Amino acid sequence: MTAVVEARSPIPLIEMRGISKTFGTVRANEAVDLQVMPGEILGLLGENGAGKTTLMNILFGAYAPDAGEILVGGRPAAIRDSADALAAGIGMVHQHFHLAPRLSVLENLLIGIPGRAGRLDKPGALARLAGIADRYGLKLDPDQPVSALSIGEQQRLEIVKALFRGAKLLILDEPTAVLAPTEVDGLFAALRSMAGQGLGIIFISHKLNEVRALTHRCVVLRQGRVAGRVDDPAVTTSAQMAELMCGHEIVPPAKEASTVGDVVLSLQKISTARHPGMALHDVSLGVRSGEIVGIAGVSGNGQRALADVVSGMLKPVAGEMTIAGSKVAAFTPNEVQALGLGRIPEDRMATGLVTNLPLADSMVLPRIGTTAFSEKGLLKPGAIRAFAEEQIKAFDIRCPGPFVRAGALSGGNLQKALLARELAFDPKVLIVAQPTRGLDIGAAHFIHEKFLGLRQNGCGIVVISEDLEELLTLSDRIAVMYEGRIAGVLDTKDATVARLGMLMTGAEKTA
Amino acid sequence: MMFRLEARTTTPAWFNVALPVAAIVAALVLCSGLIALAGAGVFEAYGVMFSAAFGDSYAITETLVRATPMIFTGLAVAVAFRARFWNIGAEGQLLAGAMAACFVGAFPMPGLLAMLLMTLAGAAAGAAVAFVPAVLRVRFKVDDVVSSLLLNSIIFYALMALIETVWKDPFSGYPISPPIEDAANFPVLMEGTRLHLGVLVALLAAPLVWLVMTRTVFGFRIKVTGENPQAARYGGIRVERVLVATALFSGALAGLAGVGEVGGVHFQVMSDISPGYGYSGIVIAMLARLNPLGVVPAAIFLAAVMTGAEAMSRATGVPAFLSDVIQGTALLAMLVALLFTAYRLRRVGGRA
Repeated sequence: MTAVVEARSPIPLIEMRGISKTFGTVRANEAVDLQVMPGEILGLLGENGAGKTTLMNILFGAYAPDAGEILVGGRPAAIRDSADALAAGIGMVHQHFHLAPRLSVLENLLIGIPGRAGRLDKPGALARLAGIADRYGLKLDPDQPVSALSIGEQQRLEIVKALFRGAKLLILDEPTAVLAPTEVDGLFAALRSMAGQGLGIIFISHKLNEVRALTHRCVVLRQGRVAGRVDDPAVTTSAQMAELMCGHEIVPPAKEASTVGDVVLSLQKISTARHPGMALHDVSLGVRSGEIVGIAGVSGNGQRALADVVSGMLKPVAGEMTIAGSKVAAFTPNEVQALGLGRIPEDRMATGLVTNLPLADSMVLPRIGTTAFSEKGLLKPGAIRAFAEEQIKAFDIRCPGPFVRAGALSGGNLQKALLARELAFDPKVLIVAQPTRGLDIGAAHFIHEKFLGLRQNGCGIVVISEDLEELLTLSDRIAVMYEGRIAGVLDTKDATVARLGMLMTGAEKTA
Repeated sequence: MMFRLEARTTTPAWFNVALPVAAIVAALVLCSGLIALAGAGVFEAYGVMFSAAFGDSYAITETLVRATPMIFTGLAVAVAFRARFWNIGAEGQLLAGAMAACFVGAFPMPGLLAMLLMTLAGAAAGAAVAFVPAVLRVRFKVDDVVSSLLLNSIIFYALMALIETVWKDPFSGYPISPPIEDAANFPVLMEGTRLHLGVLVALLAAPLVWLVMTRTVFGFRIKVTGENPQAARYGGIRVERVLVATALFSGALAGLAGVGEVGGVHFQVMSDISPGYGYSGIVIAMLARLNPLGVVPAAIFLAAVMTGAEAMSRATGVPAFLSDVIQGTALLAMLVALLFTAYRLRRVGGRA
C-alpha cells in the first residue's frame, strides 16, 4: 500500500512535450520538453531570439504549435487562446502590463470576470483580494486608480490578477527588467511564498544572478532547442549558465587604463521645472574625455530629467551647460548634436526608433536634415542606403537588410542600430540611458565593448543605469542621484554596492 | 474546423495591390444583393455600369473628369493621414478652393494669368481652411477629426449664404455664383469631350506628391511624425510645425480639387458643386493605403462607380444611390482587409 504511494511520481502542473514551431524559415522552437512541478520555480533562460517568448506564447495559447502537446495536470489539454490557458490554470505576466489606467485596482481585477445577473460581485472580490494579499504578501489598495500605482505595484496587480483568476502556474516574462533593485526583493519574496504554497512559476530572465538566487531548476534554450538543463542553479556559476546560453565561453570585456583629457561635458547648477519623474535641483557634473561617468540612483530620482537636459529635450530653468567648451543655448536635439553630443534614449522602441518604418529611416532620423543625408530639402537615398548598410555590417546588426521594418529587430540589434547611428558621427560626448536593459549577455557585452573602445579613443561617456553591476564594470566615477540632486560622486575603486546603496537612499551624503 | 487570428511578423508587398482589389470585389459582391432586391439582374447591372464608365473613349474621358477632383482629395487625405493629422475636412477645403478660384476667375485678365491666379487662390483657400483644425490641435489639443469635420458644414452653409445673397448671379434665377470669364476656362484637351487641363494636372500631381513623400526631407518628417511623434521629437523634428505644414499641404491639394471643378467643369459655384468628393477622398486614400500613386486607380474606380451607377439606374431602375453604398462598403471592406496586414488567418483543428 505505502509502496504504491511512494512509487507514484508527482504529477507535473504543466508539461510541454516535443513542442515545435516554425515561422517561415525560422525554427523558433524545436522538440522542446519542459515541465513544472507544484511548488517549483523554473528558470527559463536563453538569449534574445532563442525561442523563450514563442514557447511561452504557445503555452498561453497565443500560437498553436506545429507539433507536440501540452499536458495540464497529467492530461492533454488544447490551449487555443488565453481563455483556455486561464481555464487550465495558467496565468501570464507580460513585460508590458495590460491594465486600464483609469480604473481602480478592484475594477481591473473584475475585467472579464462574469458577474451574477449582470452585476459585479464587488464584496466577494474584495474578500478574495484580501485573501490573496494575506497568503502571498501581495498587498494592494483596492480603491487606488491604476494610474497612481508605481511600476512595481502595477506588476503586483498583474500577478494578483492571474491568481484571482485561479492560476496555478504563473509565467513571468522578464519581471525584474522594469523594477528598481529594492522592488526586486519584494517580488522575489512573494514568488517564494507562492511556490511554498504549491504554485508553479516560470521565471524568464537574462539576469543570471537573479536566476541563481530564485529558481529551483533551469531550462536553457538556444536557437529554439533545449541547450541544457540546470538542476541546481544556486551552485552553478553564472559563467557556466552563460556558456550554455551562448554556446561558447563568455569573456567579459576588459577595462584598460585610458588617458583622461579636457572636460567635454559640463553642467553647472542646472535646475529644471517640474518633470514627470523628478526635476533637477542644482546639478553640477563634469565629464572629461576618455572617462566613463556612471549615474546611479533608484528609478525616479532625476535621471530622466538629466538625460533630457543633456540630450536637448528639456531646457533647464537655471544653470549652464557646455559641450566640448561651447555653451548650449537653445537645448534642442539639433543643437546638442551639432556640438558633438551622441545620445541613446532609455526607451529604444518608443523614443529611439520608428518601428513601422524601415530600419534605415530610424538610423538616419536624428541627422536627416544634415548634408550627410539630404541637400536642399531633398533626400539622398543612395547615401542613406549606403550608410545603413555600412553600419549594419560594422555593428553586426542581424537583419534581412536596411529596409526591413525596424520593429522586426530584436532588442539587442535595435540597441546596436541606435549605437551605430551615433558612433558614425564621432561624438565627443555620449549619453546613454539603461544601455543594456533587456539585452542578453552577448549583446550587452558587445555594447560594453563599444563604450570601452570609445573611451579609449577619447570620448566622454555618461551611462545612466539602474544596474549597479554594469556601472561598477564600466565607470571610472559614479555619481549617485537622489531626489533630483547629485548625492555624491565616488571613484569606482572606492565604490561598493553597500556604499552606493546608502547614497541612493539618501542615508549618506558626500561633498 | 475553426479559424483564428495570428500576429504576422511581416507583410508581403503584393498585399498593397491585393487588399484593395479584394476590398472592391467584396464590396461589389455584397452590393449585388441590393441589386437583386431592386429586381435587376446582377451581371446585367454591373455590365451596364462598366460599359457606362469604360465602354467607349467618351465614357473613359467622363470617368477621368469625374475622377479628377477625387484624385486631389484622395491625395489630400493620404498626405494628412500619413502624419496622423486626421483631415476629414477635404470637402470644406474643396469648397473653399472652388469659391476662391471662382472669385478670382471672374475678373477680366489674360487667360493664362487667370488660370494661374485661380490655382494659387484655390490652393491658398484650401490651406487656410485646413490650418484651423491643425492649429487648434497643436495649440489647444482639440480633436482634429471633429474640428475638420465640423468646418465642412460651416464652409458649406457660408457658400450657400453667399450665393443666395451678395454673390448670386444677377442673370440667373437659381442660387449660383456669377461665372468666371470665358478666358479663364481651362482648355479642353480632346475635342468633343470635357477632358480639361485639370485632369492632366491631377494625373501629374499624384507622382509629384509621391516624390514629395518619398524623396524629400519634408515627406520623411511627415512619415516619422505620423508613425512615432516621440521618436520624431527626440530626433530633432519639430512635430507641431510638421503637423501644421502637413495640414497646409493637404488643404492646398483639396483646394485644387475645387479649382478644377470651377475652371474645367462648372465655371461657377453652386451648392452641389461637390457630391461629397471630399468624403470620397477618405475612401480613396484608404483604398490606396495612403500611397499617392495608388490614389489614381482608386479615384478612377470610385468615379467609374459614380458614372456607372447613374447609367445603371436609367437602364435597370436600380437607384443611383447604390454608388454611395458601394463606396461605403468598399471603405468598410478595406478597413477589414487592413487587419490582414497585421494578422493572418490560421486554421485550427476541430479538437474541443
